[in-house]
Amino acid sequence: MSTHTAESHVEATAGTFVWIWIWLVGITSVEVFLAYEHLRPALMLTILIGLSVIKAALIMSYFMHLKFEKLSLVLWLVPALVFCISMMLMLFFPDSGRLLNLRP
Amino acid sequence: MHETNIEAATRSAWSGGVSPFAMGSKKLGMWLFIISDALTFSVLLVSYNYLRFANPDWPLPFPFRPAIIFSTAMTVVLLFSSLTMVMGVAAAARNERAKTVRWILATMAGGALFIGLHLTEWGHLIEEGVRPFSNPWGAPLFGAVFFGITGLHMTHVAIGVIYLGIISIGFGRGKFSPEDVEVSGLYWHFVDLVWMFVFPLVYLMSVKY
Repeated sequence: MSTHTAESHVEATAGTFVWIWIWLVGITSVEVFLAYEHLRPALMLTILIGLSVIKAALIMSYFMHLKFEKLSLVLWLVPALVFCISMMLMLFFPDSGRLLNLRP
Repeated sequence: MHETNIEAATRSAWSGGVSPFAMGSKKLGMWLFIISDALTFSVLLVSYNYLRFANPDWPLPFPFRPAIIFSTAMTVVLLFSSLTMVMGVAAAARNERAKTVRWILATMAGGALFIGLHLTEWGHLIEEGVRPFSNPWGAPLFGAVFFGITGLHMTHVAIGVIYLGIISIGFGRGKFSPEDVEVSGLYWHFVDLVWMFVFPLVYLMSVKY
C-alpha cells in the first residue's frame, strides 16, 4: 500500500514571515484610521471587508502555507467557501436594505 | 514480487491509495474543519451586519478609549502570536524540539493575554449596562450578537491555548510529529484569521465618535 505524504514542510523564511506580520499590522492601522474618517456605513463596510480579505489571504498563503500546497487543494477549498459566503451575502444584504426602506 | 490484494486496490488515486493533495489525513481533516468553522463565523458576521444595517438605532458603543485601544491591542497580540506559531512550525520542521516548545509557549502566552484583554473589554461594556437582550443605547439585539460572536471566538482561542499546551508537551517529549505541530498551527492561524474579520466588522463599524 502506498504511504500518504505526512511530512511537515516550510518553504518561506523567517524574514518572509516577519514581513507578512508587518504588512498585517500595517493594514490593521489603516483600518483603525479609516474608522474615524466618517465614511458612509456601506462604503466603510466594503473597504473594511476588502482589507480583511487581503489580510486573510496573507495569513492563509504564508502563515497557513496554502501558497506552498498543491494547487488542487486551493481550487478545492477556496471556491467552495467563496460560493457559500457569496450566497449568504446575496440573500441577506438586499433584504436588510429593503427592511430599512419599509420603515415609516 | 507478487502484488497483494490491498496493493492492487490502492494503486490509484481513485481507489484511495494516493493522497490527492499530497498531505496527511490530519492536516486535510484540519483544513476541512477550518472551512466548516469559517462558514459558522461567516453566518454570524453576516447576521451581525444584517442587523447593523437593518436597524437605524444600532448602538455605537465603542469609544476610542478604552474599546478601540483594547481591541487594536488584542489584534496586534493575536497577530504576534501567529508569528510565534509560524516560527514554532518552522522549528518543528527542522526537528528543533526545545526551540519549538519555546515558540509554542510564546504563542500560548499571546492567546492568554488576548483572553485577558478581551474579558476586560467585556467588563467595560457590562459595567455600562450591555446585556444579551438589552442595552442603554438602542437595538436590544446588539448584546446578543456581540457577546455571541466575540464569545464564540474567545472560546476558540481558549481551546487553542489548551490544544497548543498538549501539543507542546507531546512534541517536547517526542510523542508528536512535526506534522502535529503544523496542524495545531493551522488551527491557531485560523483563530487569528477570524479575528481579522471580527475586529473591523464588529468594533470598527460601531465606533463612537
